[in-house]
Amino acid sequence: MELPNKEFLAPGHRGCAGCGATIGVRLALKVLGENTVAISATGCVEVITTPYPETSWEIPWMHVAFENASAVASGVEAALKAQGKTDTNVVVFGGDGGTADIGLQSLSGAMEREHNLIYICYDNEAYMNTGIQRSGATPYGASTTTSPHGKESFGENKPKKNMPMIMAAHGVPYVATASISYPEDLMKKVKKAAEIEGPAYIHLQQPCTTGWGYNPAQTIELGRLAVETGSWILYEIEEGEFKVTYKPIQRRMVKEYLDAQKRFKHLTDIEKEKIQSHVDAICTELKI
Amino acid sequence: MVTKVMSANQAIAEAVKLANPEVIPVYPITPQTTISEYLAKYVADGDLDSEYIMVESEHSAISASLGASGTGVRVFTATSSQGLALMHEISFAAAGLRLPVVMADANRALSAPLSIWNDQQDSISERDAGWIQIYAEDGQEALDSILMAYRISEDKNVLLPSMVCIDGFILTHTVDPVNIPAKEDVNKFLPKYKPDHAYLDTKKPMSIGTFTDPSYYMDARYDMELAMERSQEIIAKAHTEFSEIFGRDYDFVEKYRSEDADVIIVAMGSICSTIKDVVDELRDAGEKVGLVRVRVFRPFPKTQIYEALKGASKIGVIDKNVCFSIGGVLATEIRSNTGLDVSGFIVGLGGRDIKPSDIKEIMEKTKNPTKQTQWIGLKKEEH
Repeated sequence: MELPNKEFLAPGHRGCAGCGATIGVRLALKVLGENTVAISATGCVEVITTPYPETSWEIPWMHVAFENASAVASGVEAALKAQGKTDTNVVVFGGDGGTADIGLQSLSGAMEREHNLIYICYDNEAYMNTGIQRSGATPYGASTTTSPHGKESFGENKPKKNMPMIMAAHGVPYVATASISYPEDLMKKVKKAAEIEGPAYIHLQQPCTTGWGYNPAQTIELGRLAVETGSWILYEIEEGEFKVTYKPIQRRMVKEYLDAQKRFKHLTDIEKEKIQSHVDAICTELKI
Repeated sequence: MVTKVMSANQAIAEAVKLANPEVIPVYPITPQTTISEYLAKYVADGDLDSEYIMVESEHSAISASLGASGTGVRVFTATSSQGLALMHEISFAAAGLRLPVVMADANRALSAPLSIWNDQQDSISERDAGWIQIYAEDGQEALDSILMAYRISEDKNVLLPSMVCIDGFILTHTVDPVNIPAKEDVNKFLPKYKPDHAYLDTKKPMSIGTFTDPSYYMDARYDMELAMERSQEIIAKAHTEFSEIFGRDYDFVEKYRSEDADVIIVAMGSICSTIKDVVDELRDAGEKVGLVRVRVFRPFPKTQIYEALKGASKIGVIDKNVCFSIGGVLATEIRSNTGLDVSGFIVGLGGRDIKPSDIKEIMEKTKNPTKQTQWIGLKKEEH
């Protein structure tokens, strides 16, 4: 896939070294191009890209609050329609907390109403902006500051909320998962999301150096490990048709992925085995 | 120009049709619902060319309003009570982002206990959000105030949102003759909204709603204070031009037989019609009583209120809200902003009926001033 040289997310933002979220935003905007309006939910991306009076956004951008990005985008989309600008992309960037937790209602409403917008959830699997608290998207076994491991706890004890399937159940015409470590796959999906009539939802996994606990130089590698171990599966659901878009040639052990991160360091072999079996069950079903 | 008998909710919907906002995000709540229904029907019938969004909550109604207004178009929404409370967070954002959203609030009590009936606690509780607040006395004023609200909010010297408040059921569901202005006249009064401070346009990218550190936040809030102060002049101008075009006169406060009055009652909203009847009756009996109706509550018209009240020897202020352990908000604000001694009365919470005899009781009690807030119309004397 040919990459446009033009950048729509300017450097100089306040993201951490090795920030995965901004890689995702940058790649998505390269596909969407200049005829795009972006809406952010409160969260990492919003805070680090707009330290007033600076902004990293080279396209029109708006933020109002945490839980309402989809509602704000609904209003933007309606206003653009009223102005006759129906060819303008409206893209929303919300973190996993802003999407799976506090923003779920407004997202559900916007999707059900079939606004023509692209919702991209940048999922770093916890509230990273406030300092690593568990969200509905935090995976089983992860230690966060509000699901800490300890004598009586192995960390997060609930499975990750399945956002893409919740979106698919809304009848959203295009739903996909993606990873920042598979840029071509991600960008193809963003392109499809933009081309499709009506709403689209992309759930983008992005490693977070501070929240996951790894060397900032390894962000891309961590994203790959998630996919290569089957811990994160790349797929799309187009008009109800489910398709895995990337299959590892030889699935690697989940332990490799877990051991590379501080948030899973406390897990015993028994717990790691349990996670492996869970991943195996899903991958077997999907023939990965 | 045509006169029809209609509810204040329908009058507001008619005003919205005349103002022709491009986007209308709404969510039903009693007693606002019929505004949303009238607007839906106008759009369905092709009488109103707006993007009507039936959102999934009031929080999303105001959020979508900000999104649309931030894109540079005129918007309208409406709510009541719990819905306004749910909007609270975004109400502050609307003003802070300087987006001239116009909203109708059908005044209704806040839960608990759950009540669908009228008082003004909902909008009074939003007094610090940075919105202009207008309290209408009847359907005609509701219609006119919506048109003026757009004019005021969209003025480049103001750029703050406006809330037009009408008493739930008392106005929303009762009918009165309402004059509907001609579209050409409205167009003269209300030019198209063309923002140059906030609009999402791919030809000229701007970032709206950025993150600020302590070196900017306070100044942005101070700018809002200046805008609220400046709005006084813009509101006065809107009143004058409205009168010139439509022939109906409005002011920040309405003085009803109060010029030479010894006893003046101050109130907001539909209760003022009852008070006017009582004033007439007592005037006929030779008592020098009068009413000062506060129409514009934000910006708070301190000077106008002071000028209207300074000649009276006794002043009673009626509130349909309570700030616990303080009293009614209007009474408190009048005391602190004018330095005048006023007696405060709390009435009509959760739709408790207010009878002319209650107003007479308040007038009698006003003659013997007390600093103690008095609750009128309670069921048991032993309260």
